[in-house]
Amino acid sequence: MIDLDHVSKRYDGRAVVDDLSLTVPDGAFCVLLGPSGCGKSTTLRMINRLVPFDSGIIHIGGEDVRGVSPETLRRRIGYAIQSIGLFPHWSVEDNIATVPRLLNWARNRIRDRVTELLELLRLDPENYRHKYPHQLSGGEQQRVGVARALAADPELLLMDEPFGAVDPITRDALQSEIARIHAATKKTIVFVTHDIEEALRLATVIAILEKGGLAQWGTPLEIVDQPASGFVRDFVGGESSGLKLLGLRRIAERMRPGETATGEPLSAEASLRDALAAMTERHTDRVPVADASGRLIGIITLADLVR
Amino acid sequence: MRRFSIITSPALWVGVFFTALLFGMPQLAPAFEWSFPGVSPPVFERGSFFALWLSHAGLVLAASGAATVLGMVLAIFVTRPAGRDFRSLVSTLAAVGQTFPPAAVLALAVPALGFGPRPTIVALFLYGLLPIIENAIAGLEGVPGATREAARGMGLSPWQLLRDVDLPLAAPVILAGVRVSVTIAIGTATIGSTVGALTLGTPIFDGLAGNKLPFVIQGAVLVALFAILTDMLFARLERWLQLPGTQPAV
Repeated sequence: MIDLDHVSKRYDGRAVVDDLSLTVPDGAFCVLLGPSGCGKSTTLRMINRLVPFDSGIIHIGGEDVRGVSPETLRRRIGYAIQSIGLFPHWSVEDNIATVPRLLNWARNRIRDRVTELLELLRLDPENYRHKYPHQLSGGEQQRVGVARALAADPELLLMDEPFGAVDPITRDALQSEIARIHAATKKTIVFVTHDIEEALRLATVIAILEKGGLAQWGTPLEIVDQPASGFVRDFVGGESSGLKLLGLRRIAERMRPGETATGEPLSAEASLRDALAAMTERHTDRVPVADASGRLIGIITLADLVR
Repeated sequence: MRRFSIITSPALWVGVFFTALLFGMPQLAPAFEWSFPGVSPPVFERGSFFALWLSHAGLVLAASGAATVLGMVLAIFVTRPAGRDFRSLVSTLAAVGQTFPPAAVLALAVPALGFGPRPTIVALFLYGLLPIIENAIAGLEGVPGATREAARGMGLSPWQLLRDVDLPLAAPVILAGVRVSVTIAIGTATIGSTVGALTLGTPIFDGLAGNKLPFVIQGAVLVALFAILTDMLFARLERWLQLPGTQPAV
């Protein structure tokens, strides 16, 4: 659990983070969301003390982050950034092994861990282990960056717009990876982005920041469905907030069990937005729904979407 | 490929030529006698060229070694958070050292240090500091911010950041500065002979004073070859030290 308690940071008398309090529960995927200059990156960097804060207190797992040296603290926290910052003169293996080596892991244990992480990030260990960063594509570099952040198996992962600089297709793949890794490892992740779609897709909880303060705290559904202010409504939705809402709700919540319709069935786990897209494509107002094993369990209609 | 590259290396042949001249200059006496009739002796013989070169190289090594150590220490200091405020001061002082003509430094240093090698070392040291400091600062400041940020974020201590990230990544640029500084020092060291240091400039100044052109040629050719050879060896060192995944600086 990460606990920020009345934390402030000023540069030249101007508050970048202003009396911010928030609590990230264990295992959460917390997205800090907001426009440029809202203090989200600064907030993230205060957690591992890359930015010293002026007042307030930050606890991780009940422990004051200022109770240990910054180096000790950072070696326990994974850190990945948009510009990745791989060491150009080190191989992929050496890059990933950075923190384990700082922690004096045994050589065998490091090698096994690198193999495990390359497999986790879907990079063939034998092919990639000895490559250098300049031999990798942007997406591969960011995979290595994420593997490096995970190397010493930290309980907490800080990610600062990690997928901001890659192309949309690669970004989509990396978002799936990090969602899968979060689901599999249950690590607490604090993730900074200004991309609302990315936030809605990944977050279990979103903190929207405005001028260094907390504008709203809630699940993606709460943020889109009940924006706390005009600022949040404008930032999150604009005109297509209805579509975003459909994207956040699963078909299973609105379907009619037992009824039947013709056509290719949709998964009950798919979003209502997927259902709307299917109806539009097929020129129909009802599509069948199947469960995970492919068995037909009901239908969903156009009217159900707007209920 | 590699075996052949040693044989075809220009550095090797320049080295062979230089060594042959260094030891074999007296054997060329007939050629000089024929080219410059009436000059006697035709080859400088107040000391062996090897001894002159040894002394010359020693002066350069002492001065450039000291300049490299001090230059590195200063460049590292002013690129750390604690020393940032001194950055422009250090650059200015190094530039002043370079604008002082070495001949003027010699003239000023002789009264304090006496005749011999010491004023020469001081002059070469001051003159050679600027390229080393400038390049070392440029190299250290050229390390990508993202790489340093990631290194700090993963928990490298300031010392580990310097040793594992800053210095290896800045090394090509730093080495290029040392290369320039040493090459200049080899040429400049010749003027040390005017204040009693033994260098390959000794035959040059003897020749100028005694109107013996062959002496000037003998000294000048050896100095030039020495400088070229050193420059080539630095180029090899740069390639040899080149980190995987990086480009050479020059």
